[in-house]
Amino acid sequence: MPAYLLRRLFQSALILLGVSLVTFILLYVLPADPVRQIAGRSATPQVVENIRRQLGLDQPFLVQYGRYLWGLLQGDFGRSYLQKTDVATLIAARLPATLQLMGGAILCELVLGLTMGIVAALRRGRALDQGLMIVSFVAVSAPQFVVSLLLLYVFAVKLGWFPIGGYGTLSHLVLPAVTLGILGSGWYSRMMRSSMIDVLRQDYIRTARAKGLTRGRVILRHALPNAILPIVAMIGIDIGIFMGGIVVVESVFGWPGIGQLAWQAIQRIDIPIIMGVTMVSACAIVLGNLLADLVTPFIDPRIKLK
Amino acid sequence: MKRLLASTAVMLALALPAAAQDYTPDPNAKPGGTITITYKDDVATLDPAIGYDWQNWSMIKSIFDGLMDYVPGTTQLRPGLAESYEISEDGLTYTFKLRPGVKFHNGREMVAEDLKYSLDRVTLPATQSPGAGFFGSIKGFDAMADGSATTLEGVTVVDPSTVRIELSRPDATFLHVMALNFASVVPKEAVEAAGADFGKQPVGTGAFKLGEWTLGQRLVFEKNADYWRAGVPYLDSIVFEVGQEPIVALLRLQNGEVDVPGDGIPPAKFTEVMADPAQAERVVEGGQLHTGYITMNVTQPPFDNLQVRQAVNMAINKQRITQIINGRAIPATQPLPPSMPGYTEGYEGYPHDVEKAKALLSEAGFADGFETELYVMNTDPNPRIAQAIQQDLSQIGIKASIQSLAQANVIEAGGNGSAPMIWSGGMAWIADFPDPSNFYGPILGCAGAADGGWNWSKFCDEALDAKATEADSLADPARAEERLKLWSDVYTGVMEKAPWVPVFNEQRYTMKSARMGGDDSLYVDPVSIPVNYDYVFVTE
Repeated sequence: MPAYLLRRLFQSALILLGVSLVTFILLYVLPADPVRQIAGRSATPQVVENIRRQLGLDQPFLVQYGRYLWGLLQGDFGRSYLQKTDVATLIAARLPATLQLMGGAILCELVLGLTMGIVAALRRGRALDQGLMIVSFVAVSAPQFVVSLLLLYVFAVKLGWFPIGGYGTLSHLVLPAVTLGILGSGWYSRMMRSSMIDVLRQDYIRTARAKGLTRGRVILRHALPNAILPIVAMIGIDIGIFMGGIVVVESVFGWPGIGQLAWQAIQRIDIPIIMGVTMVSACAIVLGNLLADLVTPFIDPRIKLK
Repeated sequence: MKRLLASTAVMLALALPAAAQDYTPDPNAKPGGTITITYKDDVATLDPAIGYDWQNWSMIKSIFDGLMDYVPGTTQLRPGLAESYEISEDGLTYTFKLRPGVKFHNGREMVAEDLKYSLDRVTLPATQSPGAGFFGSIKGFDAMADGSATTLEGVTVVDPSTVRIELSRPDATFLHVMALNFASVVPKEAVEAAGADFGKQPVGTGAFKLGEWTLGQRLVFEKNADYWRAGVPYLDSIVFEVGQEPIVALLRLQNGEVDVPGDGIPPAKFTEVMADPAQAERVVEGGQLHTGYITMNVTQPPFDNLQVRQAVNMAINKQRITQIINGRAIPATQPLPPSMPGYTEGYEGYPHDVEKAKALLSEAGFADGFETELYVMNTDPNPRIAQAIQQDLSQIGIKASIQSLAQANVIEAGGNGSAPMIWSGGMAWIADFPDPSNFYGPILGCAGAADGGWNWSKFCDEALDAKATEADSLADPARAEERLKLWSDVYTGVMEKAPWVPVFNEQRYTMKSARMGGDDSLYVDPVSIPVNYDYVFVTE
């Protein structure tokens, strides 16, 4: 186990290094100049060059990347070009909201997605199954913007059950979390349904039924723990996606998450922020996956980490 | 010999003969109350040397003051932290007498040293101020820019309440420059204490001070009870909520939770709002110093041909384009917007005339038209406007393919001269200060045509440049009319060379909640964009 962990951590570090390099290259070759964004429209060429030199953007690519990496190794994400604030501070300020939304959204996804998936699998081929799969198909393909605005309009503006956007209390969290829950539940329900159907076909389920166990007990004790494995892996991926920010839902609900920070930085080519958010999000994906893999043996003892 | 002006009122009267001299506050204004304003984008900084965004421009104006200021809701200069000033006969020396007893938010009295420190700071390359270039006429600016000096040679503290500023060339816009946010007076000790974070911990002399700032969520401004202007501000506090989608901001306004949506009425909702009398009544319309235009790169064929550029000017149906944005604009005939001094009344420019455009094009040797590219910023309504332009061009045989890109990429393509045509929407020029010169140098003058400049036409006419320089050297307020005439000539001269198609001047439409009081002009203030927070009040 410790050897496995060490190897995985080493792999993770390599992946993160790769992500940082690729993102840095992409930002470097981008046909847009961050210095002009800082210098503004009234700047003289001399002012532009001064700023370029101060930020070290006149240096060759390898020097720039080396400096960034060196800072990163010391925990320094750099300073935002336009906000003139430490990127770590900016990201840290967005973390509570991001984590809250992530937790709420994954909970909604699981509740909706697993219920739909299990029910559909048990009613396989019948009208209820087909109905649920149409619902999940719609959920998967619905645009975030439309669903967010629809829920906001109906439940906040018309019915007044929830605040119209904002952040702070639990009631602020409900609508954005449910929006993401509905959208994500489509994936979960399909995965859960097919995984459940596979498991229900297994011999040991037939054996369990043959032993005379109740249907409910067979499903909960024997089928579910085996069918849920792929879902655990999906949660790991979801954590990473949510850490990268959900731009649309965050803007509609005025949710101060990482997505808003990233989106505004991308528009103004604020490279330190873009890099910072990318690294944090990549880190979350890698760790989320690792965590999912580490949890698996506890759910299914047949799996051994080597 | 120096001509001493008895009072600033006389000075203003000379400069702006027909203008009212100061603002008469609303007699019904009541102090107190808190309002909520929303913005889509985060507030990057409140450092007056750095801030240059839509949302922080008027916030900074409310926290800081400069020597000069504007009469609220208008484009007329009035003294700010300067109590009076005198201008030498040659227009090269300005002596400002500071208002006594003005205190920073930290309680210390503002003195002449603070002004000098602030001007040094904004021009120091290490500050990375996007506004440094505005101070180019101050003596010693070049030495600051190239790093050989750390203090402006031309700024001298005569005594604690007097500052003398010497210019290296006469500059008729200098008082406007002293009213820019970039010229705000900041206290040295607070800047040094905050280090690089001054933009998040601002200390000024303005009507409001920063109370609370939760990054990415909200800022709260609190009334400066010691504000040096008597009677204002009225509001006890202002809450700015950031990260709010304009459509949601409008819903919240309708629900009574928001008082002013800082980004205005979203285009998709405009017709709906105007169709509802109760809402339409609370919509405020105002002019703004804005022109939307199409640039044609005059350095590359076929736009190096004057007749081609004139033909394009005649081909564009400006009236139809204004309909795309729900008529929220008026067709433009020239670079300057109508509310800008120096605008040429009655000038018709190039009226829409497809036949004549075709004739011109075939005279130029392009009877069968040609292919080109039109760059445009990728946010609504700009791609739709670009399509209308594309259709108009196809009427005379020009096949333009649309390059719809992120703002920064369009700016890059314009700056390096690789874009043949650009529709300026979303990046268009909104004046920094209400003076005709502000529409020339960076966007139509030779200086802006350099690589990376904002003169995307790469248009450079030495004779017009000379005339512009001549106009700006007429610093004597008594010759203001003559100066405006010169500027009018410069812009009609530009139109003869047709590097742009001036398309429309956008009107600003904003909304306010029923309880908001104060003159409508404060909500579409041409200078304190978008709202003049110091003078608005709540009625309940």
